[in-house]
Amino acid sequence: METLHNHGERRLGIVASGSLTKGVEVRLDGGISVEDIAVGRYVTVEGEKRRFFGMITDVALDAIDPRLMTMPPDVSDPFIAEVITGTSTFGRLHVLPALTIGGDALSLLEGPQPVKTVPAHFSTVREASEQDVERVFGQVEEKQFYIGTPLDMETKVRLDPEKLVMRSSGVFGKTGTGKTFLARLILIGIIQEGAAVNLVFDMHNEYGWEGTSEEGRKVKALKQLFPSKVAVFTLDEENARRRKVSTDFVVEIGYDEVEPDDIAMLHETLGLTDAAVQATYRLARRFGERNWLESFLAIEGREELNELAQSLGEHEATLAALRRRLEMLRRLRFLVPHASENAIQRILESLDRGIHVVLEFGRYGDDIASYILVANLLTRRIHERYRERVERAKGEDVARPRPLVITIEEAHKFLNPDISGQTIFGTIAREMRKYNVTLLVIDQRPSGIDDEVMSQLGTKITCLLDDERDIDSVLAGVSGKSELKSVLAKLDSKQQALIFGHAVPMPVVVRTREYGSPQSYKEFGFREALERKKKAEEEAKDLWG
Amino acid sequence: MVDRIGEVIEASTGEFMAQCYELHQPPPFGSLVMTKEGEVEIYGVVSGATTTSIEPGRRPIARGSEEADEEGIYRSSPQLAKLLRTEFSALVVGHRENERLHHYLPPRPARIHSFVYLCDTDVVALFSQSLDFLSILVSAQGQADELVAASLRHAAAAHKAPRDFLVKAGKDLAVLLGGETNRLNTILRRIRG
Repeated sequence: METLHNHGERRLGIVASGSLTKGVEVRLDGGISVEDIAVGRYVTVEGEKRRFFGMITDVALDAIDPRLMTMPPDVSDPFIAEVITGTSTFGRLHVLPALTIGGDALSLLEGPQPVKTVPAHFSTVREASEQDVERVFGQVEEKQFYIGTPLDMETKVRLDPEKLVMRSSGVFGKTGTGKTFLARLILIGIIQEGAAVNLVFDMHNEYGWEGTSEEGRKVKALKQLFPSKVAVFTLDEENARRRKVSTDFVVEIGYDEVEPDDIAMLHETLGLTDAAVQATYRLARRFGERNWLESFLAIEGREELNELAQSLGEHEATLAALRRRLEMLRRLRFLVPHASENAIQRILESLDRGIHVVLEFGRYGDDIASYILVANLLTRRIHERYRERVERAKGEDVARPRPLVITIEEAHKFLNPDISGQTIFGTIAREMRKYNVTLLVIDQRPSGIDDEVMSQLGTKITCLLDDERDIDSVLAGVSGKSELKSVLAKLDSKQQALIFGHAVPMPVVVRTREYGSPQSYKEFGFREALERKKKAEEEAKDLWG
Repeated sequence: MVDRIGEVIEASTGEFMAQCYELHQPPPFGSLVMTKEGEVEIYGVVSGATTTSIEPGRRPIARGSEEADEEGIYRSSPQLAKLLRTEFSALVVGHRENERLHHYLPPRPARIHSFVYLCDTDVVALFSQSLDFLSILVSAQGQADELVAASLRHAAAAHKAPRDFLVKAGKDLAVLLGGETNRLNTILRRIRG
């Protein structure tokens, strides 16, 4: 068995105490400086019967005698310092064992298993080797997607897109930590491996044609990388043209497609009272589902409004306020009395063909009301269709529709506890993959998202968060929560993320892979035009001789 | 190989006292000495030395007022060397039985009149490869810290890499004196060289 064990890695210390729930305490060897250790790194523990694989979640200083702290020895003398280090004073690590690996032949076959016990006293703790990490996270084949590398290691960490899309997932992190960057990477992974089709509600036009890197450099986004697999839809053609982005379709939404439910979603952003929201349902009953908004917006005069209020049994002020608030809808150029082409149909057709759809909001991205309105309206209809089709697939012998991943930003606006019960996004998050639709939510304030929704997210990918409540909310229900907390709070503010949940075997801190260089594009399968042409020529030559 | 320096005149399991053959020539404080009990070699660390009158109660008197130097005193009263004696005590720190070194107390104390030898550097280096005897020294009566420091300085001199040896010993001491930071500091300051 000895040959399986890699003893080449640096020995760090021995297990001193611990528990399964809280993790184990490791006493650092004298020769190891605490300054060489970082939380988030991996270690292996050689137990008597098994090898444990875990993550360092805390580093501490300790001393045999508390008096040493009050009367420090003369450490200016190198001799005394050398003696004291590692004996009277020593470092302690807190390690959270997550998996057992390769102790015997059986466990080698089974692969890494979740831990059910802790290593025995004084088991040796070593830095994890590249092979260990590979054994845990799986080998990454050439065309497979990986998200990055563990801290200070070269091994690629695979994020399995198939597993990722099985449940809803979330990308979190405070502003400027690279959420968009990560989300784009994940979307690329899903496209690269064809795990699902994407519908991205692209608030700031970052996913479709090109995005900006943290340094302000332009980077290729989905359409450029996968021209034949991605369609860019836009709500704002003018803006797209100004950015020199060729779009595949301009989305227009008719007043007749807006339902009172869609307005109800906006109650917070538009500042609508409950009474006003109720009034929209009455209006819909009066004018009909398809005509209410147009008819209501057409009312100009005060008297006319009062008359309507009276006949509906509404308070005049309520209706007047509602009218005023809804006035903003008129300013939205994509809202037209009747849409010339059915956007939902177009989106569904694309998705059915396996084409990923990025809906750019153009200048409307800064208007949260438009974003909520459109995302909610489209998603509700699309989800409805998906549901119908899945139900039909159950009854008849037809294929289920392709798995669909819907990406939304500013997710707390859709999924806060007040409205998550009513919105379609709350429903999707809760019902998991029943109807083949899952969410990829992107948010900087996870504490604003309903706890129930958060608990349903299968995989969470989180960049640095520093608000206590946000951290708590992201880590709710995760084993080893308090340990991961210290890891999360200490992430670098760039290019680092903690990933845990369904799609990875254990929590992992990654340095996200490089993205933006020609080499990185190539890794995603992107070929420059010249190269493409050459390949086509070669193929033709092969074909025709 | 080893220097014969005296004879055991008082012995217990943990300690023995020896009289030096040469007046004023006790082995250095903290050095390693050896005596025998049958086949067993008993090792001790010199923990102190005294020179006194051979008759208890009869103290020497000052005699040098007429002499030009100290040596002159002994020249003019040669009997002095016979009336005085130098003794040293040693703390037993280990023994060798059947060719094996043990760093703990021997089964029996040394016999009276056993010869006592001063160990040379090879033996010191061999004996101090294990520092288990330190625990005996740190719990010694009296000037234990001085004794530990002195014995380590001696032992270090016998090693090829004295500093490495002292660091290792220091680390052992740090563990032994876990709760006694002051003593540790005292000793470390005496051995840092």
